[in-house]
Parts: sequence; C-alpha cells; structure tokens
Amino acid sequence: MKKKEILVLKDLLGSNKMIASEIREELTEKGILTINFLSSPGAGKTSLLEQLAEQFQSQYKMAVIEGDIETERDAERIRAKGIPAWQITTGGACHLEARMVGKLFSEIPSNLDFLFIENIGNLVCPASYDLGEHIRCVLLSSPEGDDKPKKYPKAFTTSDCLVITKSDLVPILPFDIHKAQNEAMEVNPQIKTFVTSAVQGTGIKELTGFFIESLQKLRKQNA
Amino acid sequence: MHELSIITSLFEILEEKAKEKKARRITCVKLQVGALSGAVPELLKTAFDFYKKDTLASQAELDIDEIPLKVKCKKCQHETFKDDFIFVCSNCGSSELKILAGTELLLEKIEMEIE
Repeated sequence: MKKKEILVLKDLLGSNKMIASEIREELTEKGILTINFLSSPGAGKTSLLEQLAEQFQSQYKMAVIEGDIETERDAERIRAKGIPAWQITTGGACHLEARMVGKLFSEIPSNLDFLFIENIGNLVCPASYDLGEHIRCVLLSSPEGDDKPKKYPKAFTTSDCLVITKSDLVPILPFDIHKAQNEAMEVNPQIKTFVTSAVQGTGIKELTGFFIESLQKLRKQNA
Repeated sequence: MHELSIITSLFEILEEKAKEKKARRITCVKLQVGALSGAVPELLKTAFDFYKKDTLASQAELDIDEIPLKVKCKKCQHETFKDDFIFVCSNCGSSELKILAGTELLLEKIEMEIE
C-alpha cells in the first residue's frame, strides 16, 4: 500500500459556474436580459415583480422564474398579472442553482425582453450561485434595518444594484436610507441604488428605466 | 447552509479521482476557502463528516486552508488584507480595488492510499 498525494485545484462551484455561463451565453444571444433577485424572505421581491409587470405592460415582454422552498403561491401571483411564470420548489434547499434554471430552458419563449429570477428568500447562500443572470439585484426592505450590507457582505458585493423596498415605511422606522446606501457602497463601490415602494409605486420607473437601458446595451452588444 | 451542496460537489470530484487513480482509501482532503467564498469552514467540516460515512473517505480528514481577502488598489498599487470587507484603499482612499485572493472555494489536493 502506498500513499499518494494528487494536486487537483478544482473550483467546487465550477460545474455551477459552467452551466451558468452557458445559460448566460444563450440568453445573450437571444437578447433576453436576465435579472436575479436576491433578498431575505418578505423583502418584497414578488410585490416588486408585480409592479414591474404593470410598468412594462404591453411594451415589453417579461417572464419570471420563481424559487421557493414550497408552494406555487408566488408564481400564481405573477400569472395573475398575465405574465408567464415557472415555479421551482426546492423542497428545502436554501438557494437556486444554475442547473435548476437550465432545466426550464426549453420552456422559456425566445421572444422575451426580460427574464426575472426570484431566488429563495435568503441573504446568504444564493449569493454564491451564479444562475446565468446579466444583472444581480439585492433587495433590502426598510423593516430589516439599514445595517444589513456589512452583516451580509457577499450578497451586496456580488450585486450590481441595491433596491431598497418598502420606502413608504421609512418615516415610522429607524431606517436611514443614506446609511443603508453608504454601507452597501462601502462593501461594493460600484453598486447602484434604487429606492422603491410597491405600495405607493415610487421608484419603479427609475428601476425599469435602468433595466430598459441595460437591455438596449445587451442588444447593441449583439448587433 | 449551502455547505452540504458544496460537499456533494466535492464528493463527485473525489469519487472521480479515486476511480481514476484506483485508490483504496482517501485519507486527507485539502480545501482552500476564501473569506469571501460564502462558505463557512466549520459547516463544511460538519457536512464532510456527515457525507463521508460509507464512502472511500470514511476515515479522511478535511483540512481547510482559510484564505483572507487580499486586494490591490488600481490607483496607488497598494496591496493589503481586508478583514472588514470595506472596499476602500487604506493608503489613498480610492474605491477601485481589485481582488487578488479570498474568493476561492477550491479542492486543492487529495491524499489517497493506492494498492
């Protein structure tokens, strides 16, 4: 019996990254801007998607992949807005992985403008998994507190934009929008911030404007 | 707690390598885990010990090399370790930093017994 040491140097998330880049490549080719929404449970991902659906209406075609541990509830809410939605129930897993998105791929219409992926409500694990998105958005709702970016740095360092939600509650909460934004910028100086309220409909136009601009850039890149 | 799913991927690689090298037993597995990898070393160890039962690695030890976050300033070229994840250069105040190390989640090496 002899002992042998073998050098491997293999990324443990390598297979996820590989599937994610294949997904991104295909979506880029089709000109579908894909956005991954990350947040803790109850931050308002589904409500924000409902608002986006209303804002895009007939001008842009969107679809949603919903990730949850159990139930079809979120997909049903999105479908009620006339938007195609697929529900992935992980049965316990705390994050979506690229292969789960890949399995749905054949069902996704190729004439879309936007594909939104609503990740499992969790500010930790989903941050480690690339799903093939073009833009990653982290949502932070005002009741959660303005100190979250430094507490959960990975979700904020890997995101392209921060969407502060439930801004209508800010007047009655000890939540400082600037503090939240500054903390996010300390861990990620490039992050763009949007302040929204799904109840009042504020900030939604700015956010859709950013997505439309990003879509145009993606298609220009393709042309 | 996505550490179990990371360990599942680790075992896929371990099984493949053990088969390739015709290993009888895996005695040690070494990982590199960056401070910004999103994985917690202690939880990786718990998941590893749970998963290893009834595998070639049932007696194996998981050795984790924790890699601190290291950045380099694009403006003044200052290199430093960051334990606070604040992306501001401690030398010139620039926020244009490049990550040199600290995001890895790597299987570095496997020690095995071969016939």
